[in-house]
Amino acid sequence: MKAIDRKMVRDLWGMRGQALAIAFVFLSGVAAFVSMTSVMDALQRTLHAYYVDHRFADGFATVRRAPERLLAQIRETPGINSVQSRVAAGVNLTIPGFDEPVSGLIVSLPEGRQPDLNRLFVREGRLVAPGRENEVVLNEPFAEAHDLRPGDRITAILNGRYTPLQVVGIALSPEFLMQIQPGSLFPDPRRYGVMWMGRDALGAAFDMEGAFNDLAFTLAPGADPDAVIARLDALLQRYGGQGAYGRADHPSHFFITEEFRQLEQTATVLPLIFLAVAAFLLNIVVARLIALQREQIAVLKAFGYTNRDVGAHYAKLVLLIALLGAAGGTVLGHWMGAGLGNLYLEYYRFPFLHYSLPPAVVATAVGLTVAAALVGVLQAVRRAVRLPPAEAMRPAPPAVYRTTLVERLGLQRFFDPPTRMILRNFERRPLKAFLTILGISSSCAILIMGLFFGDSFDYVTRVQFGIAQRENLTVTFTEPTSTAALYELASLPGVLHAEPFRTVPVRLRHAHRSYQTAIEGITAAPYLRRPVDIDLQPLTVPPEGLVLTERLAQILGVQAGDEVLVEVQEGRRRTRAVPVAGLTRQFIGLAAYMDMAALNRLAGMGQALSGAYLMIDKDREADLTRTLTDRPRVAAIMSRERAIAAFRETTAKTMLTYTFILSLFAGVIAFGVVYNSARISLSERDRELASLRVLGLTRGEVAYILLGELAVLTLLAIPLGFLLGAGAGAAMVQAMQTDMYQLPFVLGRRTLALAAAVVLAAALVSALIINRRLNRLDLIGVLKTRA
Amino acid sequence: MTHSPGTMPEVVFQTRGLTKVYEMGEVRVHALRGIDLALYSGELVVLLGASGSGKSTLVNILGGLDTATDGEVFYQTQNLTLADDRALTEYRRHHVGFVFQFYNLIPSLTARENVAIVTEIARDPMTPEAALDLVGLGDRRDHFPAQLSGGQQQRVAIARAIAKQPSVLLCDEPTGALDSQTGIIVLEALERVNRELGATTVVITHNAVQAEMAQRVICLSDGRVTDIRRNTAIKAARDLTW
Ligand SMILES: Nc1ncnc2c1ncn2[C@@H]1O[C@H](COP(=O)(O)OP(=O)(O)O)[C@@H](O)[C@H]1O
Ligand SMILES: [Mg+2]
Repeated sequence: MKAIDRKMVRDLWGMRGQALAIAFVFLSGVAAFVSMTSVMDALQRTLHAYYVDHRFADGFATVRRAPERLLAQIRETPGINSVQSRVAAGVNLTIPGFDEPVSGLIVSLPEGRQPDLNRLFVREGRLVAPGRENEVVLNEPFAEAHDLRPGDRITAILNGRYTPLQVVGIALSPEFLMQIQPGSLFPDPRRYGVMWMGRDALGAAFDMEGAFNDLAFTLAPGADPDAVIARLDALLQRYGGQGAYGRADHPSHFFITEEFRQLEQTATVLPLIFLAVAAFLLNIVVARLIALQREQIAVLKAFGYTNRDVGAHYAKLVLLIALLGAAGGTVLGHWMGAGLGNLYLEYYRFPFLHYSLPPAVVATAVGLTVAAALVGVLQAVRRAVRLPPAEAMRPAPPAVYRTTLVERLGLQRFFDPPTRMILRNFERRPLKAFLTILGISSSCAILIMGLFFGDSFDYVTRVQFGIAQRENLTVTFTEPTSTAALYELASLPGVLHAEPFRTVPVRLRHAHRSYQTAIEGITAAPYLRRPVDIDLQPLTVPPEGLVLTERLAQILGVQAGDEVLVEVQEGRRRTRAVPVAGLTRQFIGLAAYMDMAALNRLAGMGQALSGAYLMIDKDREADLTRTLTDRPRVAAIMSRERAIAAFRETTAKTMLTYTFILSLFAGVIAFGVVYNSARISLSERDRELASLRVLGLTRGEVAYILLGELAVLTLLAIPLGFLLGAGAGAAMVQAMQTDMYQLPFVLGRRTLALAAAVVLAAALVSALIINRRLNRLDLIGVLKTRA
Repeated sequence: MTHSPGTMPEVVFQTRGLTKVYEMGEVRVHALRGIDLALYSGELVVLLGASGSGKSTLVNILGGLDTATDGEVFYQTQNLTLADDRALTEYRRHHVGFVFQFYNLIPSLTARENVAIVTEIARDPMTPEAALDLVGLGDRRDHFPAQLSGGQQQRVAIARAIAKQPSVLLCDEPTGALDSQTGIIVLEALERVNRELGATTVVITHNAVQAEMAQRVICLSDGRVTDIRRNTAIKAARDLTW
């Protein structure tokens, strides 16, 4: 090894604590980048392969009942490539040993074979054998939640008839990566599942012989999806078509792409913060190193080392630190990525996951690291390069201090000399102080950005389920039912209160905009389902007119007072202009509310209800569930509270791990910044501090001068971090507004406390390490050697 | 290899009206006020003058560490005044050896490595071991500067300066930080390398006694050459006392 490289290695060893702290910041950033980007890549590739292999449809449509012969016509429709008709129906189930309501969706399989579109991936057992009426294939998450295996039996209520079914297979489908019950928010595989039965058996049970009620299709290459959907809608209208939609609006696909988008966002933002902090740390550390090595640089130049040689010498040192971090980060990131990949594999239940570390990801990570490192030290190294060799032989002039603003204002008498030293130090290098604060605060901000979702989610559940949707059971009928059914429900033992609702599928239009949804009719003076205004106060739905959620109003471009055109998509399919009476704030889902009587008049099918919201006596829930499940007309029973509880339960452990890892990462940043700032202050001021000790100041007093400065910076950084985190969080929330979620930005006290605690803990650890060095300050040595 | 009287000595450095002005904001410091002199191949010259008289400035310009404000300086046929940074670096790399008052060794490198860092970029160097042997430090090769005395460090610095076999050796108060006994050992080392390698050697000092070991003495005062004299009786370094 060349002598100059040996110098570099020994210099590095001499500053190993600082180098390591910086390398760890690089490592964290690269690990975050590599793991998330490689997982993103694996997920995208897997999803694509899964969709292609299993022929996931490009579009879907639901109808009331259409004859099979219509298929020929549909196939002829320009832009359509292939079509798969099916029977799909909601069912209630009884599972031995499980008292709560369980509902599901049964989809038909062509007799004895895989469907042309949306093929199943059979995990265990087999598909339904041709002609077998009582065989069923279960979606894996549902089967697992109830520990069901091929050979087990369950009972389904098919169109009012108890039907014993035998499980013959466990399968996955690209169509149900996320199986979320309509009207629910989260997957809850214990209470909602997807399953498949033979076409003939299901057709017979639901009166769909020679007919279908569900359609999947693929588009011809180059076809315009909107045009195809319009043609299909026209074709299906007579058969009770409820509006065809493309893959983008498919719930499972939408959900999954939305999650991918969020992951991608995090995969970009988080590593950038780390790299920026690492670059800053390298900057201050290398600037100090170069200041300390002025004379060494001069000697190298005196003996004929070129400016390039000198620049390269320091660049190498910096790159070694950065690449050490990048290498560690790549290894850790690969490991984390594989783990994360497994987590996603289980979560989405892909049949496979092609996790690998694409060389391009590693190259990008290394490239970004090198770029950040070089940008960070550019200015410092340039100073070294520019240093005239003769100049460097003279000691650097003493730092220029001035009286501080505090002193100019005449406030100095409030501060003792050590505190004045602290203040002067800030005023001398305001930019460095600011960047240090910014660096520490980014640690705080990262935690807030990562954790505020929990707070927002808590807030949303509190508002939405505490004020607006207070039912604890929702019963949906198979079809609009006479109002007498409500009294029946109300009189069931265990029901404390029953409130009817009516849903009518509609397309809302305003000017050139339109939106496919359902209007929800609620009673005039609701007790359970109470839409709220923007101040979160329950509002009254007027006798006429629509109340839209803010997001829906925005999509349609309407305000209170405007009229929207309502195209009813059931019964006689009437079209009416209805005024928008007001707006309601809702964080999850889109909705249009209307007075139930007015909605029934609009639909023109007489006074009817689609279901009821129930307030029940929890102690009698099991009995009640059994009774309700037995009712032929009950299509679904949904317990929202349980869904939320189940969701929290399943996410709790992941959240904990996530919080822990994030805290660790954020801690690395805070530690890196505080430790390096302290080391540099110590190196810049060791003679000064040693002199003070010689003059009789105690260790504590000297520590106060050095660490007091850091304490001030850290304490200033925390509120700034809160602010930055909140700003970034609000921006993230803004970018994530979808039709499904309109999360507000909410920050809880616990998140703030955790963020502050992580920063303080990291600062404390670095202070303790620095304090040990301070105690070993060489009083005589420091004073003896030449500056 | 000192030049024998009678043969025409080769001129190594030639300066004409060399001037250096430092601008420090409002203040202009005239460090050199028109220096005209010639230095000859292989001679040992002592540059004598009080502190602040411009000795370091002159030597820095001769060594290509600094540039003049006015006037000219030639190294052999090369006009250093016209040289840019790259050319000066090249010049230093191949022709000049420096010894500084505070040794300026690289603390993270051993004695041998401190020499090697120079030989590795030189054209026709001696080995670091040979250079250290020449200053009598063959047995301290693997010591770090912090493990050496001041005199030893300065001898390492001399080894470093001569290892590339430079044609000029410029020493800025090489004994300034040393006690007299140690200083003499260092001067002996300089004397020896001047004799054995034949490098033109310039030694700065403000100590008149040291001038007695030189072949010529150039006196500087307030940026001007006040006297140039040739020593008739050159003393060996070991016979000096101060
Ligand atoms: N970089 C500089 N900036 C300003 N003045 C300088 C600088 N270097 C030297 N001087 C001034 O030039 C004069 C000559 O300095 P120098 O050559 O170092 O003298 P010597 O080496 O004889 O002590 C002194 O007055 C000194 O203060
Ligand atoms: Mg000097």
